[in-house]
Amino acid sequence: MTEADLKQTDLHEVHVSSGAKMVPFGGWSMPVQYASILDEARRVREHVGLFDLGHMGRLEVKGPDAARFLDSVVTSFVGKIPVGAIRYGLVCAEDGGPLDDLLLYKSSDEDVFVVANASNCATVLAWLNDHVGSHDVTITDRSDELAMLALQGPRSQDALQPLVEGKDLGEIGYYKFAFATVCGIPDVRISRTGYTGEDGFEIYFPCAESVRVWNALLEAGAEHGLAPIGLGARDTLRLEAGMPLYGHEIDREHNPVEAGLNFGISFKEEKGDWVGRAALAAVKEAPKRKLVGITTEGKRVPREGYLLFDGDQEVGHVCSGAVSPTINTNIGSAYLPVELAVAGQTIDMDIRGKRQQCVVCDLPFYSRTRK
Amino acid sequence: MRPDDRKYLDSHEWAKLEGDLIVVGITDFAVEELSNGNEGDLVYCDLPEVGREVEQGETFGEIESVKAVSDLNAPLGGEIVEVNADMMEHLETLAEDPWKKGWLIKIKPTDASMDHLLDAEAYEQHITADH
Repeated sequence: MTEADLKQTDLHEVHVSSGAKMVPFGGWSMPVQYASILDEARRVREHVGLFDLGHMGRLEVKGPDAARFLDSVVTSFVGKIPVGAIRYGLVCAEDGGPLDDLLLYKSSDEDVFVVANASNCATVLAWLNDHVGSHDVTITDRSDELAMLALQGPRSQDALQPLVEGKDLGEIGYYKFAFATVCGIPDVRISRTGYTGEDGFEIYFPCAESVRVWNALLEAGAEHGLAPIGLGARDTLRLEAGMPLYGHEIDREHNPVEAGLNFGISFKEEKGDWVGRAALAAVKEAPKRKLVGITTEGKRVPREGYLLFDGDQEVGHVCSGAVSPTINTNIGSAYLPVELAVAGQTIDMDIRGKRQQCVVCDLPFYSRTRK
Repeated sequence: MRPDDRKYLDSHEWAKLEGDLIVVGITDFAVEELSNGNEGDLVYCDLPEVGREVEQGETFGEIESVKAVSDLNAPLGGEIVEVNADMMEHLETLAEDPWKKGWLIKIKPTDASMDHLLDAEAYEQHITADH
């Protein structure tokens, strides 16, 4: 895919003119960094950062059977999500291999808003349509109409609140959402969610307002240390927080049970059967491998695809890797056979022909509630 | 325009004749591409042992930034007679002075001809054509 084929968010010109380095990501041209990736990651941990997430897929599932339908195709129990709350879930094939992971915002059993990954949105949309059957639902792709921004970091509420009318953001709990007027735009969806392991918000509003809201946020948030953050730091932050990225920790060959995502999977009888349930139930009974963290003592950074060895035996590969400014070491994620997936276990990583020792640890590397 | 007292590879290494040795480094453009202007984003540089023989075009080392690893390629074949060990511990030198203090290795060339390399003008065209 050439640069010209890439989709652009309404903030593309703003990113380019502020000096961002743009890269292809999931079919989009997105800012990977505005300044130093490490400084951007630190800013989110210590202050607050602003992210353009206009590339994410956003779908509306509405109709009398919305929750019932979703319960037949996603891993989480949509019927049991409280109104106004959000849950993580996945769409899996019959063999338990995920097609994507999602956030599900439930306004009611007849109205669920779904956030998917940019690269998988079309697949998810087609999959949902293929599985509708006799369910009375309407599925609408809102991705091209809605902007999506995230504020992440301990000062997020301070930065966003001045632009919000008629809503105390303190009333929106973790993984809850509400609608309020932001920058004069009515009915903006505001959720206390994110992909960094920090407190923060994600907001959704009409695309045409993107530049105005972006600039208003940067201006209002300046005194709290707000600055734009690229996808490079976002990847570091989510890996530190132990959050999976589709195409790395999870894909068609890497199921959510072995990825440690059981919190997003419901085997409850009341949920009924769903696509992939039997396969994942079998994996849960007898998992073969487990997703773990690895840290290295040397300067070399674990990179996707590096092979891992126990002695001479190849036992896995690195899914994601990063320099972690938060725990000040180099980190990675990897699947290992369950007998090796034990904190403290040492394994060797092959770095382009050279071996480097790594230590296995439990995920996440960083938790703001377990500092 | 980059210094015209040396020659270039399209993979952004430079080669400069000093006496009977070839000094090798990487260009400011390479450093900028790796670090995006943030020297702290360079994390590691792996250089070979003194005494190793390299062929023209062979990978002699690696340089790593926060987000990527890049090969370092030999502009000429020969024996590596010196490596800039200080630089490996002070990668900021690469950003500060890639042309002199940030040199990487010195090669005693089997054939000192540099006709196969780009001159400063051709290198300039190469990087502007890419971007």
